[in-house]
Amino acid sequence: MQFGPHLLLAILEGLVTASILSLTAMGLSLVFGVMRVVNVAHGEAYMLGAVLAWWVTGLIAGHPAAGFVIAAIAAPLIMGALAVASDRLVLKRLNYDPDRTIVATIGLLYIAQQTTLMSFGPDARPVEPPFNQRIALPWLERTEEGWAWFYPWGLSITSYKLFVIAAAALILVAIWLIITRTRAGLLMRATQQDSETAQAFGIPVGTVYSVVFGIGAALAALGAVLVVPIQQAHYLMGGEPLLLSFIVVIIGGLGSLPGTVIAALLIGLSDGIISVFFSPTLAKIIATLLVAMVLVFRPRGLLGKAPA
Amino acid sequence: MTTMPKIDRRSALLGLGASAGALAVGTRFTHAQSTAPIRIGFQKHATGIGAAYGRWYDATTQAAVARINEMGGINGRPVEIITEDDGTDPKRGAEVLEKFASQHECDVAFGTLYSHVVIGSAPRAGELKLPYFVVSEGHHVASGMLNRYTLQPGITDVKSQVQSMAPFVGANLGKKVAMIYPDFAFGHDHRDYFSAAIEAEGGEVVAKIAIPPTETSFTRYFPQIPRETEVVYHVMVGPAVLTFVKEMGEFFGPSRPEIFGFIDSLEAVAIDSPGLEFLEGTYFWEGNPRYAQENQTEWDAAYRDAVGVDETGASVDDARDVSTYAHMFGCWETLNVIKAGMEASGYQGPADRPALIEAVEAMSEMPEGMDHPQGPKLFNGRTHQVFGQQFISQVRDGKLVVAHTASIEDGMYEDEVDYTMQPF
Repeated sequence: MQFGPHLLLAILEGLVTASILSLTAMGLSLVFGVMRVVNVAHGEAYMLGAVLAWWVTGLIAGHPAAGFVIAAIAAPLIMGALAVASDRLVLKRLNYDPDRTIVATIGLLYIAQQTTLMSFGPDARPVEPPFNQRIALPWLERTEEGWAWFYPWGLSITSYKLFVIAAAALILVAIWLIITRTRAGLLMRATQQDSETAQAFGIPVGTVYSVVFGIGAALAALGAVLVVPIQQAHYLMGGEPLLLSFIVVIIGGLGSLPGTVIAALLIGLSDGIISVFFSPTLAKIIATLLVAMVLVFRPRGLLGKAPA
Repeated sequence: MTTMPKIDRRSALLGLGASAGALAVGTRFTHAQSTAPIRIGFQKHATGIGAAYGRWYDATTQAAVARINEMGGINGRPVEIITEDDGTDPKRGAEVLEKFASQHECDVAFGTLYSHVVIGSAPRAGELKLPYFVVSEGHHVASGMLNRYTLQPGITDVKSQVQSMAPFVGANLGKKVAMIYPDFAFGHDHRDYFSAAIEAEGGEVVAKIAIPPTETSFTRYFPQIPRETEVVYHVMVGPAVLTFVKEMGEFFGPSRPEIFGFIDSLEAVAIDSPGLEFLEGTYFWEGNPRYAQENQTEWDAAYRDAVGVDETGASVDDARDVSTYAHMFGCWETLNVIKAGMEASGYQGPADRPALIEAVEAMSEMPEGMDHPQGPKLFNGRTHQVFGQQFISQVRDGKLVVAHTASIEDGMYEDEVDYTMQPF
């Protein structure tokens, strides 16, 4: 493949990765920003979202789009409810102590993984995409008769992958609007800035925590519903998104939403481009190196605020 | 004086009782020696990336053992399968063998597929002096890399498979081949032996694309396929195989080259899954044809029946549950080889393990039949590797139809080791 079309393909693949990653990382960042809880079980919310999507689409007969739409609503809702329950049952009882919540979420990780293994089983299971047309992409090249369009071999994307990119962008805009423009967002921001003062002003901090933990898990589940027609639901699929989400959140700045999006694009695109031109292993090495550099030279992340 | 006889009588009674007890224990023990079950440790990929295979290897193993027990077991003793999950992980694999030998007191260990688990476990089998019958396909047994306690009598190895495929690929599909394979021992066997075999046919490998077996996204690898490629040769494993094949189709679109794959890329996946339409007309290696063919043998029919697989290779209980049909016959046949070996050596217990291995090493021709439903086999006792026929199937109307059968001789190669020279 020539360099130009090759690069375009790499960028498109990278954008798909970045879209999913920005949703899952946003969930992790929101939970940390508001609750100061490092949620190690976040990848399992992603995995459960994919498994729930497989389960819901299996229940609904007819066109795959019907099952997909219902899964896209039901899976995040169910996952959010599960997260709210685990917040009430576990995290609240630990008074959100940073060390103990890490240990508790590790426990949640294993419970989620083993329960899935025992019920859903160890196989990878596919979900049919609602639509999936291959779109060949043209490329401009200089020929003897001047510039001309042609279709390079292999340069293509599917309509579903384009939909994933667009859907993720829309969801991110919606989250930003909710946080900056609504009363619920105001309560979240107040709790994030100073939870004790917020409580003194009558904000139900406990409820805000539960809701934020639920939204965080629902975002991961939503990312998984989007990705599961491309990949397949599998009980071990939560590991990589967790690692990448942490990398994104550390680079972007813990708790900073714009920082998270910028870092997700950075990591997703560099992962796409480096793994196309060099190797996927090198892409992981560079991402990890970037984290180390950020931690050494800018510990609060690209857009994180310095501790007061 | 008067008390003396009492004491005598008491000690005499005690002595009697003790010897009676000892006798009783003795007879029960010798009795147990002859009817206690033969214990076969099954190293199962129940979890991890090999789980789809593990489930079907298990179903086949249980069916084969049920048949052996119905026929009266081995040397008049029932056979019992002790299953342990190895997580498709080499380190765990070695621990599982340890458990079989010391905790479960198994007579032999059996059933491993993934080559990295075999390579990680086999040295421990040698140290434990535990016969280890693998169903793995890797060339590591016949290459001499392992030891006298590791044998592969139920499934052919990659070197033999690719050698018998290369003439067909070179003659019918094209000479310029781009290879895509998983980046671990099994994939490297494909890379090395297929490259050599296609060069012998006057062809060349124009690209070698290694993909980590845990990868989940594949489009980014395909641009490495050169435009001049005439044939894409693919073999992939792991939970994401369906994604791999689908993304390959999306990459090529309407202008695909010829495609030759190992069915490993689609084991346990329905060939008529959405997105796989582009496979129509392409070719697959199959160790055993998934779809019942027109010339199906009575043994294949009976074997399908016993394992619970229908004529499309799916579970009789759930048509969406596709089996790993091209590989799992190896478990059935290996268990029958263990039975034959134990009977030939008059196997009684762990002390007879070397005799069992010698008995299997002495085997050669294995005729097609209920013990070997995939076809006739030829076992090489020096390299501990079996040879058998291979199938090339074409996708026609969404079904796999055998287009070419490679003979046992097509897959033969010179010995690289003589395990019989190694001491026990």
